[in-house]
Amino acid sequence: MIAYIVRRLFYAIPILIGVNLLTFVLFFVINTPDDIARSQLGDRHLTAESIDNWKRAHGYHKPLLYHSEAAGMDKLIDTVFFDKSVRLFAMDFGRSDSGRDIGHDISQRMWPSLAIAVPTLLVGIGLNITFALLIAFFRATFIDYWGVVICVVLLSVSSLFYIIGGQYLLSKLFHLVPISGYDTGWNAIKFLVLPVIIGVISGIGSGTRWYRTLFLEEIGKDYVRTARAKGLSERVVLFRHVLQNALIPILTGVVVLLPLLFMGSLIVESFFGIPGLGSYTIDGIQRQDFAIVRSMVFLGSVLYILGLLLTDISYTLVDPRVRL
Amino acid sequence: MPVLFWTDALIFLLLALTIAFVFYARRYEHLRAPWRQVGRSGVAMGSMVVLGFFLSVTILDSLHFRPPLQSAGLDQTGRYSTEILSVFDWVVTPIRERDEKSYSAPFAAYLYAKETVELPNGRKDRRYPRLKYGAAHLADPERERSADIISTGVWGLLKGMVLCLAVYALIVFTVARRTRASVTVTFGRINTGDTVLRWRPMLLTLGVLVLLTTTAAELAVKYHILGTDKVGEDVFYQTLKSIRTGLMIGTLTTLVMLPLAIVLGIMAGYFRGWVDDVIQYLYTTLNSIPSVLLIAAAVLILQVYLDNHADEFSSVAERADLRLLFLCLILGLTSWTGLCRYLRGESLKLREIDFIQAANALGVRHLTIITRHILPNVLHIVLITVVLDFSGLVLAEAVLSYVQIGVDPTMNSWGNMINSARLEMAREPIVWWSLLAAFVLMFTLVLAANLFADAVRDAFDPRLRQQ
Repeated sequence: MIAYIVRRLFYAIPILIGVNLLTFVLFFVINTPDDIARSQLGDRHLTAESIDNWKRAHGYHKPLLYHSEAAGMDKLIDTVFFDKSVRLFAMDFGRSDSGRDIGHDISQRMWPSLAIAVPTLLVGIGLNITFALLIAFFRATFIDYWGVVICVVLLSVSSLFYIIGGQYLLSKLFHLVPISGYDTGWNAIKFLVLPVIIGVISGIGSGTRWYRTLFLEEIGKDYVRTARAKGLSERVVLFRHVLQNALIPILTGVVVLLPLLFMGSLIVESFFGIPGLGSYTIDGIQRQDFAIVRSMVFLGSVLYILGLLLTDISYTLVDPRVRL
Repeated sequence: MPVLFWTDALIFLLLALTIAFVFYARRYEHLRAPWRQVGRSGVAMGSMVVLGFFLSVTILDSLHFRPPLQSAGLDQTGRYSTEILSVFDWVVTPIRERDEKSYSAPFAAYLYAKETVELPNGRKDRRYPRLKYGAAHLADPERERSADIISTGVWGLLKGMVLCLAVYALIVFTVARRTRASVTVTFGRINTGDTVLRWRPMLLTLGVLVLLTTTAAELAVKYHILGTDKVGEDVFYQTLKSIRTGLMIGTLTTLVMLPLAIVLGIMAGYFRGWVDDVIQYLYTTLNSIPSVLLIAAAVLILQVYLDNHADEFSSVAERADLRLLFLCLILGLTSWTGLCRYLRGESLKLREIDFIQAANALGVRHLTIITRHILPNVLHIVLITVVLDFSGLVLAEAVLSYVQIGVDPTMNSWGNMINSARLEMAREPIVWWSLLAAFVLMFTLVLAANLFADAVRDAFDPRLRQQ
């Protein structure tokens, strides 16, 4: 088991190097630091000197890959690539283009993101499994048919409309919760209710339909027929046998997402003004702050790879057929 | 003078490819059978009519040209305006050109906000000014408006009904001739739904669409039926123009994604060994970057490029078009990995099957084996993925445009409409019509696409077919 985890961690290294190189090419080779400086400074006061100053202030003045004038190891170390890209491996994100410490910002902002993402995920899974079981219990009846129709209708609505509609109904019409904002400690709850509700509702359509397919696939298998032949009631078959076996694909689908919960949701957070990592990314995008976007790309990949690793481990825990 | 944008050229290329595929599929029974199953599904055929409606708007909106300049006195022959229009713009000229001053509600005769107006007797008063075009033909809007809306609407409905009957008769006659049955028998069959192809739901959907179109067309000439936006542009026109943007994103992305996914996926599965390793590494790496962030990064870079090379584009429309194309490219580059993985798995399985082993043993070249034996056998996976991805891409466009990493802000798109309408959410009373317009059309398109995709998947997926 431990040997397997170690081996998987080693597999992750070339992928992370690939991600790192890709972001480096995207951010520094296709667009040179000169281009970034020009678009940050605007068109009016554009002299070679001001571009140079901006680059020096943000650490982009060094050569990209190879510093021919430096001595010894500095030839490789004293470069933009080492400063901005290689340091990411040590989770050292450096400073944003507006001068703030990105690592500190991330550690501050991941908690509000988690405060929304975790309840949304848990409530969502609970509801989706309940609905899907209900539909599977009444399969091939009109409840099944209309359940699927409602699912398709729900998943055809853009998530933006769920947010706008929710804000309008609950906050503006009924004044139940504040439209947007955030507070520290327990006061945050009243700000969290609406985003969580909307997050859950916008996921119901696709989630329920997907779980229903899993349940139906499981119901068609031989052991279910055997269980019925033994004389077990449909309820016991469904809740004991089918549910337990269908939980394997559900669980693995969820585990991949777990680490990414830190990243938060881009749209929900920006609509509700929640100071999480999602809105941090959006701010970075809208201010064209390349340092922030670059850090988030790398962080996202690290978390995704971690998620894949966790998935494989969780397989071995829940499915006795899988041996490592 | 015709103008050909990049996206126009590509959408016509895609259309030609689709038509070629249809002719190819007609020749083979194993490809025709699943399509017949799709044809038997009423929901799918109804959705197909809706999709066809959206597609025809897109095609009309993709035929761009520069109108000749017309000004009195001067000899302007051979001179063209700098403004680029599409055939669709030209058709809806009455809606396109009637800009008001600012917001106005659907069917309104007055602006949405009070303004200081100078009265004929010299006094000044704050009141709602009349619209320049909306309901301008009415002398006293307060009394005449509802009656006029109803009579115009009914007139439009009547026109639509005549058109519906004509289409209906035409289809009954064509079907009768093709099946060599008498007209009355065919008429009865279509009405009871007793046809191989489900004509009844198709005709019903078509009828509803025709009625809606003619009524809307009749009303839109006199009123702003979905109101106007902040700068007074007709919202109905905006939402119709957004159809092209949505469809472009949904289809052109496929065009970018398919060659990559097919070539790399089959190569990885067929050749195995180091080729497989390299391709797997490539898509695992791309896949491990959260796609929104990769898109954001790429669009940011594109934006910087466009900012720094602003003088290379002759018009705003051209720049917006290039940005749309790049957005499709970026979306395509981030979304090929899923299909590639499926195709790799399928090719791995296929290459061990006897007939391919036999072809190998007989010394058939690899390229021939791939094109003749493997590609036709994975085509259903490609098709299913393409139709299933479409609706997701249309939805993604709205989200990306909202985050401002989508299409150009000057381009009409549902995302941009939602984005600008959202800023007015705090207004009292609320400006809701832009949201409604974007919602209705987007929902219709996505729902139709989802229903159609489900039918196609059910028909083509061998696992589902056995059940």
